[in-house]
Amino acid sequence: MIILFIYTAIFVAAFFIVRMGVSKFRQMQDFTSLKTVTFGDESAVRPDRWASVISVVTIFLLWGAFTGSKWVPVHAPGPFVGETEFTYTMEAPDGARDDATVYARVFNVGQDAEVPEVDPGEGFAKNDAIKVGAWRSELLIMDKNDDVKRKEGARIVAIDGQPIAPGESVRVADGQVALTGKGSINFSPAKGMQMEPIWLPAPEAVVARVGEIASEGYQNFTLWQHLFWSLFRVIVGFIIGAAVGIPLGYAMGLSDWFRGWFDPIVEFMRPVPPLALIPLVIIWAGIGESGKIILLFLAALWIMTISARAGVSGVAISKVHAAYSLGASKWQLMRHVIMPNSLPEIFTGARVAMGVCWGTVVAAELVAAEKGAGMMVMVASRFQNTDIVIMGIILIGIIGYGIDILMRKAEAWLVPWKGRI
Amino acid sequence: MSTLSIENISMRFDLPNGGHVQALKDVSLEIKTGELMSVLGPSGCGKTTLLNIVAGFLAPTEGRIMLNDHLVTGPDAERGMVFQQGALFEWMSVRDNVSFGPRMAGKREKEWAETVDHLLDVVGLQDFKEKAVYELSGGMQQRVALARCLANDPDVILMDEPLGALDALTREKMQGLVLKLWKETGKTIILITHSVEEALLLGERLLVMAPRPGRIHKEYRLPFADDGVGKDLREVKKNPEFGQKREEILSMIWDMEEEIMGRTEEASA
Repeated sequence: MIILFIYTAIFVAAFFIVRMGVSKFRQMQDFTSLKTVTFGDESAVRPDRWASVISVVTIFLLWGAFTGSKWVPVHAPGPFVGETEFTYTMEAPDGARDDATVYARVFNVGQDAEVPEVDPGEGFAKNDAIKVGAWRSELLIMDKNDDVKRKEGARIVAIDGQPIAPGESVRVADGQVALTGKGSINFSPAKGMQMEPIWLPAPEAVVARVGEIASEGYQNFTLWQHLFWSLFRVIVGFIIGAAVGIPLGYAMGLSDWFRGWFDPIVEFMRPVPPLALIPLVIIWAGIGESGKIILLFLAALWIMTISARAGVSGVAISKVHAAYSLGASKWQLMRHVIMPNSLPEIFTGARVAMGVCWGTVVAAELVAAEKGAGMMVMVASRFQNTDIVIMGIILIGIIGYGIDILMRKAEAWLVPWKGRI
Repeated sequence: MSTLSIENISMRFDLPNGGHVQALKDVSLEIKTGELMSVLGPSGCGKTTLLNIVAGFLAPTEGRIMLNDHLVTGPDAERGMVFQQGALFEWMSVRDNVSFGPRMAGKREKEWAETVDHLLDVVGLQDFKEKAVYELSGGMQQRVALARCLANDPDVILMDEPLGALDALTREKMQGLVLKLWKETGKTIILITHSVEEALLLGERLLVMAPRPGRIHKEYRLPFADDGVGKDLREVKKNPEFGQKREEILSMIWDMEEEIMGRTEEASA
C-alpha cells in the first residue's frame, strides 16, 4: 500500500517537474508539436522519453529502497537488529507478582550470534536471554529458570507493564510479544518495511548472481548455456514451423483441395494453446530436445500457416491479372508477385510466432527440462533462490523484447513498403 | 491487317439464391489494329466484364474472342492491361516494374534496356527509375503502369478506367499522354471510362453500352482524338461539336440511369 502510494507520488511529482523544467528546453517545432488538438488524436501522443527513463529508474529505486540495497541512498526502515529487552510480570498462585527482564539479541540471519549472558536477578521470576533472527520470531519458555513454574499455577499477567492474557499480544520497544495459548512468550522483533531477501533480494544480489552463474554455472550449466539452449529450441522450432507452415499456407491460399483438406485441421489446432500440448508432447517425446522442438514447431506452425494463407489472399487480384497479362507463368507469378506480396503478413505472423514460441519454451522448461532458462528459474524457486528466479525473469523478459526488436528491424529492412501502399 | 473481333459474346451466371445475372447479351464488335475505342455506360452495363473477357480473365458463356485469327482462351502478353489503381509491384523499383514483361519472357537486360529507358523517357520518369513505386504520386504510378504495359509490346492495350483515381489536372495531362502514346505506337486500345469528356477526347470510336442485359447501345465515330494529338486538349473541348456530343451522350446515359432507378422502384413497390 505504502509502495503504491510512493509510486503514485513519484509519478505525479515527476510529471510536474518535467513539464515545468525540461519542456522549456524543448524548442523543437515539428508538425506534431504545433497541433492544438492532442487529446484524442492518437498520432499526436508520443511517448515522453523522460517519463520512460524516470519510470525505469523509479522501479529500481523502489526495489532498492525496500530491500536495503547498498546502491540506493534512501531506504525504507529495515528490520530491527541489535540488543533489546522487555520485562514480563509473573503472578504466582498465591497472588505474589515479580518482574523479570528478557534480553534479546536480534541478528541478521546467516550471521553467528551468541545468546547474551544475563544475571538471573532477584525474585522468583528470573531474567532470560534469547537470540532471534531478523524477520523471525522466537519462542521463550521463560519459566524454565523461574522458581514458580506454569505447571504450579504461575502465569504472565503483563509485558512491560501492559496487561496480557494467553492468545493476546502487545507491542514492546523493538517488536511484538505474544503469549501462546499455553502461556509462554513469543517474541517477534520489529520487521520494518523492507522485504526479506527470501521474498525479494536486493538488486545487487541479483546482479551478483548473474556474475556467479555466468562463470560458475547453475545446475551443471552456465547461465549462457541455459539461455542458449532456450533460444536454440525457439529458433529451431520456429524455423521448422515456418518451413512447413509457409508452404502449407501458400498451398491453402492457392488450391481448393488443400484449403478444404487442411482448413478443419488448422482451424481446430489454432485455438489450442501450445501449453496445453506440453503433457502430450512429454508423453510422446519425453523431456529432451526433440520434445521441446516438436512443441515449438507446433506452436509456430499454425501461426505461420495462417499468416501465409492470409498473405496469399491479400494479393490484390489486379496485381495477379497484371502479371498474367504481362506474360508471367504460374511459377513466375508465385515467385515475383505472390511471395513478395505476402511478406508483410508473414513477418507479422513471424513476430507473433516468435513471441509465442519464447513463452512456450519457458513454460515447457518450467514443467520439465534438463537445461534452459525456465528450468533454471524453476529449480531455483524450489531451493528458494529468489535472486536466481528474479534474474531469470528479467533475462527472459529482455530476450523476449530483444527478439521482437530484431524482428521489427528485419521487417523494416526486408519489407519497406509495408503499410505504405 | 489483323483485328480484334468480339463475336456474339453473352455472359450469364447463376446466383446462389437461384436467380441469374445476364451481364452481357450478344455483343459483337470488330476493332481494327491501331484503333482507339472508348467504352461508356452507366454502372452495371457490363463494360468491365467485357474488358475482362477480352483480357482472358473470364470465359464468356456464349460467343468468342478472336485476335489475329486465333481464339482467346486466357490472359496473354499479347493483350496488355492498365488498371485503375496501377496494380504495380511495390517490391520492385520503377525500372523493374517497367521491365517486368520482358524479364518474365526470359529476355536479358541488354535486350530490353533500350526500350525500357526509352519508355521511361516518354512517360517522364527517367529520373525516378530507381525509386520505389510507393514513393511516387498517383499520376506517376499510372505512368509507370502505362510504360510497363508498353514495354511488353502487346497487340492490344486494355484500359480499365486508368485515369479514374487521378485528380482533374493530372488526369488532363495523362489524357494527352495516352493520345501521344497511341499515335506513336499505333496500338489498338480499348479504354473504359466513366467520364463522357474523356471518352469523347480519347475515343476514335465511342461505344455507349446499356445495362440489363449489358449490350451495345450506340456507336460513334469521332474526330476529336485525331485533332487532339499533340495539342492542348482544352482547345478541343471548346469545339461546339464536342459540346453538342457531350450533351447528347450525357442525356442518353441519364435516361438509362433513370430507367434503372424506375425499374428498381417498381421492383421494390
